Amino acid sequence: MEKNHRTEPAESARTEPRVLNECRLTFPSLSANEGYARACAAAFCAQLDPTATEISDIKCAVSEAVTNAIVHGYRDTAGEIIMTLRQLPDRVVKIEIRDKGCGIANVEEARTPLYTTDPAGERSGMGFTVMESFMDTLRVVSAPGRGTKVTMTKKFTCLPRVRR
Amino acid sequence: MQTNERGLRWLETEGSLTVYLEGDIDHHTAQTIRSRIDTRLFLVRPRELVLDLARVNFMDSAGLGLILGRFTKASELGVSFRLNNPNRHIQKILDLAGMERLVPITVGKTG
Repeated sequence: MEKNHRTEPAESARTEPRVLNECRLTFPSLSANEGYARACAAAFCAQLDPTATEISDIKCAVSEAVTNAIVHGYRDTAGEIIMTLRQLPDRVVKIEIRDKGCGIANVEEARTPLYTTDPAGERSGMGFTVMESFMDTLRVVSAPGRGTKVTMTKKFTCLPRVRR
Repeated sequence: MQTNERGLRWLETEGSLTVYLEGDIDHHTAQTIRSRIDTRLFLVRPRELVLDLARVNFMDSAGLGLILGRFTKASELGVSFRLNNPNRHIQKILDLAGMERLVPITVGKTG
């Protein structure tokens, strides 16, 4: 029914930087795939020769976004998660994690540190805060009933070769 | 005494229960870890609960939830609580949550 709603005029109108490499993964919303998704993101970013801290930051941010899709987007029901990894010029990686789940009514509120929909469930409410702190940019587009798209970028530092 | 129970190792000495966490702590693994620690905590009733993080490779905010939850459980039982040996990546996320204001973080001998 809602098959072709994904075109976003605002986004396609903007000039996007040249994409040097791109990889897209589609996987079901099983919690076992949290580890799979962050391992894939780490492997993709490894091409940029990142530091251990940068890899750890990427893995953490991806883990948070994928967990959100599983726990909140699909509320532990089966659904599809699409992760797109892009390498942009100047050692920038752009990661997009999209679900077609229930969406977020108030994105601003959801992004507040310690905000949780489930205070009894031992959730820290730090997911978006982690993504924000460990990545350079974070953009969240969501609408109730239409899913959520999280877009994050990170620029990797340029280490002198001699240190390797 | 050291026991091995499906991947989680413990050390019980003089009123202290140390749990050696390993591998990845995320939403997927946290639930199992949580119930195993709690079972042990209720059975042993130590004076102190220590979560040793030396062998944890990865932890996201689900790990923060796990730690805060164990801290709450321990407090309810009058058990003191601390974290031991987080690596620098785990220290980074602990710092982000301001964990040190709630829970002592130590560096020491690990099993």
